[in-house]
Amino acid sequence: MEKHKGRSRFIALCVAPAVILFTIFMILPTFNVFRMSLFERGAFSSDETFVGLNNFKILFQDTKFITSMQNTILLIVVVTIVTFAFALVFAGILTKEKIKGQNFFRIIFYIPNILSVVVIAGIFSAIYKPDNGMLNSILSMISGETVLILWKDQPLVVVSVIIAMVWQAIGYYMVMYMASMASVPESLYESASLDGAGRVTQFFQITIPLIWTNIRTTLTFFIISTINMAFLFVKAMVAKGMLDVGLSFMYAQKDFGLYGYSMAAGVIIFLFSFILSALVNKVTYREPLEF
Amino acid sequence: MKKFISLALAGAMSLSLLAGCGPKEPAPATSGSQSKDPVAQDVTIKVAAVQNGFTDTYAPMWDEVVEAFTAETGIKVDLLTSKTLEDEIGPAMQGDEYPDVIYLPEGRPAGLVEQFIKGNLIADITDVLSMTVPGEDVKVSDKIQEGFTETSKTNPYGDGKTYLAPMHYDPCGLFYNAGLLKEKGWEVPQTWDEMWELGEKAKAEGISLFTYPTAGYFDAFLYALMYTVGGPEFFDAATHYEEGIWDTDEAKQMFDILAKIVSYTNPVTPAQANDNDFRHNQQLVLDNKAIFMPNGTWITNEMADAPRADGFEWGMTALPALSSDDDRYSFCWFQQAWIPAKAEHIDAAKQFIAFLYSDKAAEIFAKGGAIQPINGMADTLEGEKQMFFSIYNDAKAAMGGFATYEAVAGLGTTREVFQDPINALVSGTMTMDEYIANVKTASDQMRANLMK
Repeated sequence: MEKHKGRSRFIALCVAPAVILFTIFMILPTFNVFRMSLFERGAFSSDETFVGLNNFKILFQDTKFITSMQNTILLIVVVTIVTFAFALVFAGILTKEKIKGQNFFRIIFYIPNILSVVVIAGIFSAIYKPDNGMLNSILSMISGETVLILWKDQPLVVVSVIIAMVWQAIGYYMVMYMASMASVPESLYESASLDGAGRVTQFFQITIPLIWTNIRTTLTFFIISTINMAFLFVKAMVAKGMLDVGLSFMYAQKDFGLYGYSMAAGVIIFLFSFILSALVNKVTYREPLEF
Repeated sequence: MKKFISLALAGAMSLSLLAGCGPKEPAPATSGSQSKDPVAQDVTIKVAAVQNGFTDTYAPMWDEVVEAFTAETGIKVDLLTSKTLEDEIGPAMQGDEYPDVIYLPEGRPAGLVEQFIKGNLIADITDVLSMTVPGEDVKVSDKIQEGFTETSKTNPYGDGKTYLAPMHYDPCGLFYNAGLLKEKGWEVPQTWDEMWELGEKAKAEGISLFTYPTAGYFDAFLYALMYTVGGPEFFDAATHYEEGIWDTDEAKQMFDILAKIVSYTNPVTPAQANDNDFRHNQQLVLDNKAIFMPNGTWITNEMADAPRADGFEWGMTALPALSSDDDRYSFCWFQQAWIPAKAEHIDAAKQFIAFLYSDKAAEIFAKGGAIQPINGMADTLEGEKQMFFSIYNDAKAAMGGFATYEAVAGLGTTREVFQDPINALVSGTMTMDEYIANVKTASDQMRANLMK
């Protein structure tokens, strides 16, 4: 009994710092966001007026907010699908096929992930530069005439941001999937090929189902992080006002002096990401397979 | 024993974790004795100044000014300079800890000054104008150039009271390669008609007439354009969003000129008009791919290391006039220094602001190319700087800005309404009619929420 008490005291002590920090820096501010969304105040004036749900009423009629959220959703959907497709295929190729320089590719793919967004924006600014940028130069060489595509202008700007975001994210998820694919027993593939299953069939019938739990978890992470990454990429790469996303709308309102209104936008984005992750989690649920 | 050690270790770990987030020690000296006497020796004021192109040119600028101020008045100064001043002083101010003097202009992305104006959080410094400059026997108002303390950038509420002190001014205008014009035998256009003629000539040679770094640079341009089409009366009416102002002939002329400018703009411009690539747009001028761009005198410094066409030479001109008898205008941009209403040592802070107009301070500022709006200051300049400031010999200075309106949910900033859509105009995703319609709707809302 004495021993048991000491043990729980020890556990409590170990957990306490994390719990305290988490409460102070995550939970309290989150509650505060919800509270402040019901008030209107400037960032620097201490007087606030209670406006109830008025901020939300205006928010849902604000065309700028609606466009921002549409852009956010577009980025989340396209970037997630493309990134996951590529990450899975690359991981599959790098684990199953015998390719020279496997480790080299693994590192090359992973590098973008450790670069900061500012650096990535710089790299892509050289790629997308209209005259003598890398992409247009290559296209000019192929087509034999001067190509002058404005990658960072409407309407292509979304595509350009998506390409940069996918490039940045692929490596990390590829490495994650490679780790889980490596633990799938080789014997399964052997028996499958004896039964006449080709590589593509093996990939969809064996690999994907067996690492499904891993895919589900990363999917949730990815959706939440994309909301933030979309903001960072747009901020670093695109002209102001050309491609607003949810978070850039939120910050713009704060800088405009509408603290409550920007918090209301924050609440909607918070709920949106929460509900979306929950939905994705629910929809992708499968009975876990054992091997 | 083992258990004791692990407990001790865990305790140490949690303590060290918690220590990291404890409250910071209070800033030294400020919490000391407070005296009502403005020239008390033991007062320390906190001065926060944003680092800009001027401090890039001459880094110890503020340190020297502060030193000279302390030597003159005995008031000690705690100086903070930073490129991202908003991030440094913002959180502390939300916690009710204010610097006594802030040198930070309007128009920055974080909009800190605008928020202070909207919240009535800036101290009235009208009496500084009648104060004597420390160390001299002249009044501040006798030193400041005429007109500088009469605009909405210093008197944001239009009630004749001054809240923001005008600092370091800079002419804005159209920058171009004077070497190129000389080589081709083209004249710098004096009227908009000449401008369009030049546009056609340049087009024939594959050169665009116009480019801009980012849409944000259109603030000075649009202000000067308002003065050009209708003089101060139209400018005042337009910047106060008067009813029907965008339906007047002057406004039509303004939109027509803007539409033409847009059609003569180098098509790659909007694709590079972001914070990352705006230098590529400036490079278009250096490479003779575009002739004019709106900019400020810092451009020579900013692009000092950039490659350029042979025979390149910076030139700067005011906006062309409507006809040869009309006035030409160049927008005069200036920095602002102000005192938060909740600052601790307002009297000492006012002394500091008065001192900023002393000859000593002006001399130190000038080392960084920062020119105080003091009478006779522009005559002391040399070289390129002198060429830029001489723009006011034949063009009038356009000063002021959009009137402040209360922040209302759903209503954007003037930049979002007037400037950012210009990218869309150039790329053709928005028509001029849509632009004008947006301006009108937004203006109606802004007028309804004007700060009184």
